[in-house]
Amino acid sequence: MELLYQRDVYGKALVELGKTNPDIVVLDADLSSSTRTKMFAKAYPERFFNFGVAEQNMMAAAAGLASCNKTVFVSTFAVFATGRAWDQVRTSIAYPKFNVKIVATHSGVTVGPDGATHQALEDISLMRVLPGMTVVVPCDGPETYDAVLASVKHPGPFYIRLGRDKVPTIENKGEFKLAKASKICDGNDVAIIACGAMVNIACQAIKSEALKKVSCRLLNMHTIKPIDREAIICAAKETRAIVVVEEHSVIGGLASAVDEVVSENYPTRVVRLGIKDRFGQSGQPQELLKEYNLTEADIIASVKKALV
Amino acid sequence: MPYSEKRIKELEHIAKRIRYKIVQMISCAGSGHPGGSLSATDLVTALFFNVLKYNPKDPNWPDRDRFHMSKGHCCPLWYAALAEVGYFSADTLNTLRKLGSCFQGHPDRRTPGIEVPSGSLGQGLSVALGMSLAARIDKKAYRVYCLLGDGEIQEGNIWEAAMASAHYCCDNICAILDYNGFQIDGCIKDVMNLEPLVDKWRAFGWHTIGINGHNMNEILEAYDEAKTIKGKPTIIIARTIKGKGVSFMENVVDFHGRAPTKEETEIALRELSS
Repeated sequence: MELLYQRDVYGKALVELGKTNPDIVVLDADLSSSTRTKMFAKAYPERFFNFGVAEQNMMAAAAGLASCNKTVFVSTFAVFATGRAWDQVRTSIAYPKFNVKIVATHSGVTVGPDGATHQALEDISLMRVLPGMTVVVPCDGPETYDAVLASVKHPGPFYIRLGRDKVPTIENKGEFKLAKASKICDGNDVAIIACGAMVNIACQAIKSEALKKVSCRLLNMHTIKPIDREAIICAAKETRAIVVVEEHSVIGGLASAVDEVVSENYPTRVVRLGIKDRFGQSGQPQELLKEYNLTEADIIASVKKALV
Repeated sequence: MPYSEKRIKELEHIAKRIRYKIVQMISCAGSGHPGGSLSATDLVTALFFNVLKYNPKDPNWPDRDRFHMSKGHCCPLWYAALAEVGYFSADTLNTLRKLGSCFQGHPDRRTPGIEVPSGSLGQGLSVALGMSLAARIDKKAYRVYCLLGDGEIQEGNIWEAAMASAHYCCDNICAILDYNGFQIDGCIKDVMNLEPLVDKWRAFGWHTIGINGHNMNEILEAYDEAKTIKGKPTIIIARTIKGKGVSFMENVVDFHGRAPTKEETEIALRELSS
């Protein structure tokens, strides 16, 4: 199975976009090696600006650039992009609907040894609440590429959440369509709705011996906002229960988005698998996934629980 | 070289008219921020009538100079100035702060001539920096002017932007500090002292110009000087009087964010039409 860093794909996509689109400008806050915006900086130094360790300034400056018709990509770690500079994103970017694409890396507990301060578990929530903000969580390398390209075609503020670790490429997930969930496999007992790196783990769970007799549907909900209501309502109607899996707080993220649709349209059982109102901590990514109940075994247990 | 007495008188006259509109608008709205709007009126009048290049008929003219009011609560001044130069008629200014109005309580893009919102303090200098960098990419000669409040520069974001504007040698940026000495909770020096202010900006790599922000000749000469500075941004630190032009509002902190009563409005408008 192909393993890719989403951020490598992002860096390459930026360079490619920069070649044909002279209006693309990229900003980073002293993390350009980690976020891979350095690739763009090397290719187009006149359109790259390093802001040093100053995310608030970077976000509001992105607004200034966007007001002059630039398409601005802004990158740093997800905790800083969404938490440190939230008011700048709200007032200077989202409110005027500027063409600023925030591509944040190092989300979730799989950041690993850096611990709680660097593990964004709230970022989807913080971005989702902003009017007009599109929120996309790609599940692998190729989908990252698709999401970055989609962000340029889609006018307005856009948040893309990437991880730190390499992720396996998911086969046969179909064409990426913004705001349209991709159905990776169909089933009528339970619908698993996942995003990001959790999509692959859900795939593994579905293929496992333990779920052999359960008919599982898997939706890769890469776009959290606007959410694919239709796919969720269908899942609610056509299966007995929904299991949501995300490497994010269960408060305000994908689980909440699914809950909102289900409760208003077709109430059904929803089991939420995510971070249960806790901060992260240091450890190896695999150890942390286990600690926070985000493994294949946890998904299997949740599916069984949902069907009881 | 001093400006002619005639030109100065003209600008002073326009400033008075703008002050009149500010008081009228805020009074009509029943809320708003007269103190800081009135203190910065001369600075903004000089800018719109003698410095900025723009075309009200073509607000998106790519070569226009940019103006951004970072101290967004003083938008009645911005709205009045935009009306005065012809972006829109002054007839609807009195809808300020009312439902559906294009004159929001804090600036927003729905007002013709306003490019970026403000109101949450401390972000405007960064916005100006972004506009300045866009000029560099596009090889445009336009300049970027940004009005800052003195209480506002207590925000850390301002100093991030100050550092970066000097780092990127943005000599097309001219910040204007409306240093009236008051913020909502009282005197700046008591709430959170800013001094030594000139030293701070110089240490951050800026060219500083100190002026009396109500002396039209000094204001115009400061803008001229700013244009000649190469390799670094400029800040005009203008000492001003909060509530300037209305006797009972001058240096009265209560008028930072309170509308005048009906009686007070009558007196104020009488003073401003004399």
